[in-house]
Amino acid sequence: MAISVVMPRLSDTMEEGKILRWLKQEGDRVDGGEIIAEIQTDKADIEMEAFGSGTLRKILVRAGQSAPVGHLIGVIAEEDEDISTVLAPVAGVAGQTAKPAGPGAPTPASPTLQAVTAGRVKASPLAKRLAQAQGIDLSTVKGSGPGGRVIRRDLVAMIPSAAAVGQRAPLITARVAAMTPPTPSTAFEDRELSPMRRAIAKRVAQSMATVPHFYLTVEVAMDKATELREAMQIQTPDLKVTFTDIIIRAVVIGLARHPAMNASFMDDRIRVYSQVNIGIAVALEEGLINPVLRNCGAKSLVQIAREAKSLVERARALKLRPEEYAGATFTVSNLGMYEIEEFTAIINPPEAAILAIGRIQSKPVVVNGDVQIGQRMRMTLSCDHRAVDGATGATFLQEVKWLLEHPVHLILQPE
Amino acid sequence: MAIITYREALNQALREEMRRDPRVFLMGEEVGLYQGAYKVSQGLLEEFGPKRVIDTPISEAGFTGVGIGAAMVGLRPIVEMMTFNFALVAIDQIVNQAAKILYMSGGQYNVPMVIRGPGGPAHQLAAQHSQSMESYFYHVPGLKIVRPGTPKDAKGLLKSAIRDDDPVIFIESELLYGTKGEVPDGDYTIPLGVGDIKREGRDVTIVAYSTMLLLALQAAEELEKEGISVEVVDPRTLRPLDTELILESVKKTNRAVVMESGAGFGGIGTVIGEIISEQAFDYLDAPVERVTGANAPTPYAKNLERAKIPSKERLIAAVKKVLAV
Repeated sequence: MAISVVMPRLSDTMEEGKILRWLKQEGDRVDGGEIIAEIQTDKADIEMEAFGSGTLRKILVRAGQSAPVGHLIGVIAEEDEDISTVLAPVAGVAGQTAKPAGPGAPTPASPTLQAVTAGRVKASPLAKRLAQAQGIDLSTVKGSGPGGRVIRRDLVAMIPSAAAVGQRAPLITARVAAMTPPTPSTAFEDRELSPMRRAIAKRVAQSMATVPHFYLTVEVAMDKATELREAMQIQTPDLKVTFTDIIIRAVVIGLARHPAMNASFMDDRIRVYSQVNIGIAVALEEGLINPVLRNCGAKSLVQIAREAKSLVERARALKLRPEEYAGATFTVSNLGMYEIEEFTAIINPPEAAILAIGRIQSKPVVVNGDVQIGQRMRMTLSCDHRAVDGATGATFLQEVKWLLEHPVHLILQPE
Repeated sequence: MAIITYREALNQALREEMRRDPRVFLMGEEVGLYQGAYKVSQGLLEEFGPKRVIDTPISEAGFTGVGIGAAMVGLRPIVEMMTFNFALVAIDQIVNQAAKILYMSGGQYNVPMVIRGPGGPAHQLAAQHSQSMESYFYHVPGLKIVRPGTPKDAKGLLKSAIRDDDPVIFIESELLYGTKGEVPDGDYTIPLGVGDIKREGRDVTIVAYSTMLLLALQAAEELEKEGISVEVVDPRTLRPLDTELILESVKKTNRAVVMESGAGFGGIGTVIGEIISEQAFDYLDAPVERVTGANAPTPYAKNLERAKIPSKERLIAAVKKVLAV
């Protein structure tokens, strides 16, 4: 019996994957469980196993090309078996190959979009109605439903109001028109979106469009925290405790004391988590990823530092397993090493807040009427106003500030 | 509010209505001396005597016909089927007589009668005694069909059924008799034809009634943990059907799964699914999914019976299918 090899869903947020390389070629013998290809998802590179044995008869999506989840990418069958029925559904698009857009090429269509636009567009009645109301051409939308059907969630990223049916955003058509670039007069190059870039673009747009953010900034005296870090580096030279680790520890204690911040807005209720999972924003060459430090409440500063180090190293090497970058309840993003004084971060839904850390700098400060040199750091908390109010965020931030200024509390037993 | 069983709730409804209206009487197999095959009529013979609580021979066609005649001349009979499967013996009386007399007499005679008893699959009752009989009567104009899933609904709806001027098919369940729930104190009724949102949600609507309602609520609980918010709509009365409530819910969630214990082909789910597809088409984000019994007689063997009857797992899979997750 012929086995359809389809693009697997390798993470919760994955909608399409790119074939990095095929480890088997057409005509090769394949055993069930054998690794046949490497797939790049929006977050990591993952090996794909064959689900059955036979001969790899057909490769439909070549290395370097992308396909939506569930899309047929290959066929495993007996050597002499007729596989035309398995191939029939994709016959129309099988011949298409990806053409990387050359410099100045004005067509932005990606290969997967071409596959979708070939023939009739499948869309749910609701998606059709929304698309018509918003003036969106459904043939330009990639469907994530069964068989590539366009469903409501595929439109949500394009029109914030699709999340709540009936609430029209009448200006959207005008806005889309305004955003369309004018006839190209300057030379340019269209770069294909990597799966990660696509995922980031979608998530941040969705977050800014649907989550009402407010921001709180505070300046922290980091003199004692700096001393603590130096002392720990002498104590545990291999570990290299970072400021991020120290700030995470302060955030964890802060969240334990202000659980309302460790929450998600769920439309009809607020879910308050009893466990603290901290996402750590890690910059990568072509995007970013948030590995998650789980169950932090029970961990000492040293444990946090050790685990964070391992997670960050593996994140940079793109070696995280999907479960290692999902499920954060709060995120910390530190751009201090880039000499950023302060910044505001975009919340990673469904988390209720994210803390953005600036650099620590020496500056004149007034202490007991004297001007002295102090180590100061500015941090900005972005909050989902649906879940928390200003005062809630402010008292939490005050707590984190106090802990960083009295860091002995960070090395006491985990609370 | 007292917490009582479904069985006690039915017993209270019968007792209160028999006290309220001397025209109301109960008849059927083992309803009197034996106190009912499932003890729904416990204590009624003692309180109301053998003229109003009548033990009949094993003769469903006969005593159903007697009930219809009594109703035509002004009484309000309640006819108990020991299991609703036995109503098949009386189907000519029910379909060709009870349901049609008002129409065929030009409105001169109505049939204020309740035919009640347990139906649907339970535990190893085998092919002849496990049928979801609502599907057989659903097709017939002139009948009202009630399938309550909770003690509160059972009491309030049975009282409405007894007071109704038309023949009402009132199907209980062996599996529900022992279930408990809050029941309001004192006299209350629940109107026929009014459904109930048993659980509010926003991602998907499950329409389920009777024993399937309990499965739907369990499934909703589990799905909640995965972040899927399920709305459970219990129509309670299948005819007349509260289509408005179902449509409102689907318009909100954009997805529907309809559940029934009987075989799916030509079943209740087909009708409800069709109403949704026809009247809420532009609100649907996925085709309506149905979870029904398999297209086979109900086997006696436990393992095969389990395969025949809809399960929570199949319901959860259907919910995920309409959500495309």
